[in-house]
Amino acid sequence: MTATLTPKENHSPLLGYRAEKLLKRIALYTTLSIVTLIIVIPLIWMFSTSFKLKSQLFTKDIYWIPKEITLENYTKILNNPSTPIGQWFMNSLFVASVTTVLKLVIDSLAGYAYARMEFPGRKQIFGLLLATLFLPGVMFLVPNFVTVTRLGMLNNFSGVIIPALASVFGVYFMRQFFESLPKELEEAAQIDGANRLQIFLQIAVPLAKPALATLAVIEFLGSWNDFLWALLVLKDRAVQTLQPGLRTLQGAYTSEYGLMMAGAVIVALPVLILYIFLQRYIVQSVATTGLKG
Amino acid sequence: MTAAVTRKHRFSLTPYLFILPHLIFFAVFIGYPFFSGLYISFFQYDVLRPEATVFVGLQNYLDLFKAGSVKFIEFWNSMQVTLTFVIFSVPFLVVIPLVLAVLLNIKVPGRNFFRAVYFAPWVLSCAVISLIWWWIFQSQGGLLNYYLKMLGLETPRWLSTMPYAMISIIIATVWWTMGYNMIIFLAALQDIPTDLYEAAEMDGAGSWARFVHVTLPLLRPVLVFIVITTIIASFNLLGQPMMMTRGAPAQPTGGGATEPVMLRIFTEGFVRPFQGSAAAMSVVVATIMVIFSFANFRIFRQRD
Repeated sequence: MTATLTPKENHSPLLGYRAEKLLKRIALYTTLSIVTLIIVIPLIWMFSTSFKLKSQLFTKDIYWIPKEITLENYTKILNNPSTPIGQWFMNSLFVASVTTVLKLVIDSLAGYAYARMEFPGRKQIFGLLLATLFLPGVMFLVPNFVTVTRLGMLNNFSGVIIPALASVFGVYFMRQFFESLPKELEEAAQIDGANRLQIFLQIAVPLAKPALATLAVIEFLGSWNDFLWALLVLKDRAVQTLQPGLRTLQGAYTSEYGLMMAGAVIVALPVLILYIFLQRYIVQSVATTGLKG
Repeated sequence: MTAAVTRKHRFSLTPYLFILPHLIFFAVFIGYPFFSGLYISFFQYDVLRPEATVFVGLQNYLDLFKAGSVKFIEFWNSMQVTLTFVIFSVPFLVVIPLVLAVLLNIKVPGRNFFRAVYFAPWVLSCAVISLIWWWIFQSQGGLLNYYLKMLGLETPRWLSTMPYAMISIIIATVWWTMGYNMIIFLAALQDIPTDLYEAAEMDGAGSWARFVHVTLPLLRPVLVFIVITTIIASFNLLGQPMMMTRGAPAQPTGGGATEPVMLRIFTEGFVRPFQGSAAAMSVVVATIMVIFSFANFRIFRQRD
């Protein structure tokens, strides 16, 4: 769309081409800015409320910047033993980190085998895995809850970490990546006498670093944000994670919106910071996979 | 290729060792429950009291289809709530992202910034966004009614009266997830070769004509994909009503006006001790969803 390609009668006869272009620009930026406000206002409101005393919440006029900035909401929820949000934070961090690391190991091993190895049953097994991607999660809720209860994993981090490892997404993701790699390096190593595990660890995995990083971000976010399953399995307050913890927080106080927004900030901030630094990466992974959500 | 030949010659256990760790978890938490969910649905089942398990045959299903029973009313009310949410959320979740993607596909300074901002809510959790919007929609101290009042407009009780409770949930959801669809649209738009637009422009097509005759037809596969995945995602609605409205307001006939089917299953199986009945509901819902995706998949395949 270069300027040399003067369109025939594309612009209004009353205005010059340049003037019309300018007007279009202004309209575009106005629209984009309004949408930006709609996105940002609720987030600013969350931060703003979290620094307000309860007495400032229901005033006649709304103050975006609190008249009196207080950290009381934060100290209050961090020190209340019935809503141990500091503990929940550590629990979430532990669960999300362990889940992510285990998934990376298990899924890259499996993905590599489905991409690169010939073995009887490969197509059938992988086809079966893919078919389950079409199954809605709701049908696994009750039976998996029964299994987890039977195995004594209720109120235990293993109850959220282990079932998550069954997910097919990571295997599929890694297989797609390994298939896109050129085979020559691995074949050369095989001729040199390296075994399959050595080839995988010393050649394939180093080449897969970008894919592994993308998968790590997706899985960490997914695990950190998991709500329903964590709500079912981790019932004791001491072992709760942040997401069901927010629901506990909501139920523990009435109209203490400052406290609740402080809780929301504690849950949202790590993810927002992660997003600011890895924004291109996260957006790219969504654009290319288009799967999760 | 020599490597591939030697590979075929002798049977090796190695590949199976590579896939085994994942396959074990897959078998226990995806393969097994596929069948055990069906099995459980034939029982009156309370996981915490295994001794109280009673085989009831198809009773759990019959309850769901026996007109007039409490379970029937509650279940089909919740299905209707879910369907209402799907019908009124999906158009916004498709059209708004499409418009934003088209706008951000124009090469102007700052587009990467806007793209990053629009996508940001998606990285937040359901619990966080529900809590934020729950506070914004409050009648006492809520941000929205404050400004509505200032403008001299009506100030409804958003979270406890209809249709406002449903509208609140839809607004929160659109705000939360529109960036996701936008990114997928944007990726698809960037794949459309610019010379097609240039050719259309030479033929005197204005921007609207270019959108209708170039963009939309080329975007059709992605559009279908997004519509299907968004319908399925909306069908899974749970966290927002759980935290924003708790299913309220109550319906005169039973059930809640914003209680979707996922919340019904949650209540039945995990608040009340009826896992058998919840499993039966899950089977019914899952069957509908699978038929829906399969039908769409077939139509999608046929047309291309």
